Amino acid sequence: MSKPATPVAPPLKDELDIVIPTIRNLDFLEMWRPFFQPYHLIIVQDGDPTKTIKVPEGFDYELYNRNDINRILGPKASCISFKDSACRCFGFLVSKKKYIFTIDDDCFVAKDPTGKEINALQQHIQNLLTPSTPFFFNTLYDPFRDGADFVRGYPFSMREGVPTAVSHGLWLNIPDYDAPTQLVKPLERNTRYVDAVLTIPKGTLFPMCGMNLAFDRELIGPAMYFGLMGDGQPIGRYDDMWAGWCTKVITDHLGLGVKTGLPYIWHSKASNPFVNLKKEYKGIYWQEDIIPFFQSVTLPKECTTVQKCYTELSKLVKEKLGPIDPYFQKLADAMVTWIDAWDELNSPAQSAPAAADAKKDGSSSKKK
Amino acid sequence: MSQVIIKDDEVDIVIGALQSDLTSFMEAWRPMFSRFHLIIVKDPDLKEELKVPGGFNLNLYTKSDMDKVVDSSSSTISFSGYSCRYFGYLMSRKKYIISIDDDCIPAKDSKGELIDAVAQHITNLTTPATPFFFNTLYDPFSEGTDFVRGYPFSLRSGVECGLSCGLWLNLADYDAPTQALKPSARNSRYVDAVLTVPARTMLPLSGINIAFNNELVGPTLLPAFRLAKEGKFRWETVEDIWTGMCAKVVCDHLRLGVKSGLPYVWRQERGNAVESLKKEWEGVQLMEEVVPFFQSVRLSEAAVTAEDCIAEIAASVKEQLGRSNPMFARAAENMVEWIKLWKQVRSL
Repeated sequence: MSKPATPVAPPLKDELDIVIPTIRNLDFLEMWRPFFQPYHLIIVQDGDPTKTIKVPEGFDYELYNRNDINRILGPKASCISFKDSACRCFGFLVSKKKYIFTIDDDCFVAKDPTGKEINALQQHIQNLLTPSTPFFFNTLYDPFRDGADFVRGYPFSMREGVPTAVSHGLWLNIPDYDAPTQLVKPLERNTRYVDAVLTIPKGTLFPMCGMNLAFDRELIGPAMYFGLMGDGQPIGRYDDMWAGWCTKVITDHLGLGVKTGLPYIWHSKASNPFVNLKKEYKGIYWQEDIIPFFQSVTLPKECTTVQKCYTELSKLVKEKLGPIDPYFQKLADAMVTWIDAWDELNSPAQSAPAAADAKKDGSSSKKK
Repeated sequence: MSQVIIKDDEVDIVIGALQSDLTSFMEAWRPMFSRFHLIIVKDPDLKEELKVPGGFNLNLYTKSDMDKVVDSSSSTISFSGYSCRYFGYLMSRKKYIISIDDDCIPAKDSKGELIDAVAQHITNLTTPATPFFFNTLYDPFSEGTDFVRGYPFSLRSGVECGLSCGLWLNLADYDAPTQALKPSARNSRYVDAVLTVPARTMLPLSGINIAFNNELVGPTLLPAFRLAKEGKFRWETVEDIWTGMCAKVVCDHLRLGVKSGLPYVWRQERGNAVESLKKEWEGVQLMEEVVPFFQSVRLSEAAVTAEDCIAEIAASVKEQLGRSNPMFARAAENMVEWIKLWKQVRSL
C-alpha cells in the first residue's frame, strides 16, 4: 500500500471504538495520545464503582462502572465478570461501531527495530481491512502486506482471500506466559521483533490474548464473549482464551480470517505469578478437555450467523463440558444470556446510543 | 535452550547442479559446508564438465550413475533439471539432508551477519515441532521464547520435525505471472521466526532451500510430477510443489512436524519471467485441481512408514485424479516406482 503525499484523516476514525478495561488508572493513555486521540474510547471500569477513574484531558469517551453495567443489563448483567478484565466485553456489547480495538492499561507504545514508535492501531486497521488466507499457508506470510505476495505454488483460486474478522497483536518485553512458565522463567523478556502478520489456518486453534486485539464487530462481535471469570468464579485468566476458541471455531465455520503477528505493544507489567497460578490452575487441567472439545466441534450448516453459531456452541458446551464441572453449565447459560443481551442492545430498533447512560468527557467526574 | 550437538557424519548436503561452474556457489558456502559431506548431482541435460573447487568432502553423480541405477528405457522417472537432486537423496545414507539451489548464496541477517543456513536447518530438524496448536510466539523451542498462556500442557513436548523449509531474500520464490507483473519486486523483509505449519494445513513447499529427516520422511521427497514443458528456472516447474503436498500429507499422518521460516538464503537474479510466461501453462492449471485432493486425502492406520504413505497416496492419485488427466496417472506411477527403487537401493 503506498502512502499518500498529504496527510489524510485517521483511518476509520468514526467507525472504530477503543475499549479499555481498567481498575487502576488510565495514565498509559498519555503515551498513546498521538495515535488514539482521534478515536472514541469506551472505558469499562472494573472493581469499586465508587472510585473515580480519571481520563486524561482531550479524549472523547464513555465510561461504564459496575453500577452502569447492572443498570443497563438488568438481570443479564450476571454474564459480565467482576474483578477480571473479562468485563471488557461489556464495551463490545454497547459499542455502536463496526470495529473494536481493545488494549490493556499496562500496554505502552513499542518501538520497531529502527527505533520508530509503532502505531499499533494503524497496523490493526491494515490487518482488518486486507483479506486473510486461511485455506492454504503462504510461506511469505501475509501476501497483502507491502513487499510481499503469494509464493509459487499458492493456488490461484485462493488468492482473493476472505474477510478478516480478527487481528491479534503481540507483546514485547513481558511476554504473555502462564503462571508456571512465569515461575520458571521470571526474567525472560520478549526481545524478538518478528516482522510478520499471518493468517492462522482454518482448523487450527490458538491462544487468543486480549491485551492487544482488534476485530470487526459486524463480522464476529457476538462471539467475543469473555466468559465468567474473577470474583465468585473458580477460574481466572482464561477469559480471552475462551473467547478465542469460540471465535476461531466460528470464523472457521463462516469462512472468515484471523490474523496474528504485528503490531507489537510494550507490555510493562509482570503480574504476580503466585496470584496467577491460583487463578489459572483449574484452567490448566480443564483445558486438556476443553481443547479436544473445540477441536472436534462441528457446527451445522444452518448456523449462518454468529449468534446462531454461538447459541449452538453454548448447547454443546453444556452437553459436552458440563459433566466436567458445574462451572461449564453456568458458563453455557451465561453464553446464552450474552447473546440475548447482544441482540437486545444491537437490534435495529436500538438507535439511541447506550452512551446516553454513561459518563462523558470529564464533565461529571469527581476528583478523589 | 541447550545447544544441539549433531555429529557431522549425520548430515548430507545435496546440491543439484543446473549450472556447470559451481565455483562461486561453493566458495560462498564454504564456511558452512566444509564440515559436512556433500553430494553433488549433475543435471543429466548439462553438457559441459562440472567445475567444483577443491577442499570439500564430496561425491559427484552424473547421468552415467543414474543410468546404472534406473533403467531409463523402462522407467518414466526423470532426473532432468531440478529433479536431479532426488538422485542424491536416493544415494544418501545420512539421517539429515539439506538441499539448496545452486543459484543461492548465504544471506545476511538483520544485524548484517552471514546466516549459516545449514546450522539453522539442523536446529529446526532436531528440535520438536508443534503442529496441533498454534503458538503465537512462533517456535517455542527457540532461544528467548516459550509457549504462551493458554497453550495446552499436554501438547508442549511437541513431535519430531520431518521437514524444514527455509525462505529467500532478494528473488523470492514467486511464480512467473507474479514476477512478470512486479519485475523489480525483491524480498527484503527478514522475518526472524521459525514456526510449525499446523497439521492438515497445506503449503507450497519450495525446493529451493529445504532440509529433511531422511530416516523419517526420506522416500517422500521424490520426482513425480513434471510439467510437459518443465524448464530450468524454478518458475517453470511445479515438481517440488507436488512433492511438498505429498510430504505434508505424510507428515500430518505420521504426526511429524513441518517447519517454515528461517533460515533465509540469498537467491540471485536469473532468468526472465516474461519469457517464461510465454511457455505453455497447462501444467500450472492442473495444479489447481490437485489442491482439493491433497486437502482431503486421508491415509489408513496401516500406513506407518513414509513408504506405506506414499503407496497409499499414489493409489488415491491414480484412482481420483488419474482418470481426468494422464499426467496424474504418470505421477502416481512414478511414485510407486520410486518406492520400489528406494527399497531396492537400500537392500544392496
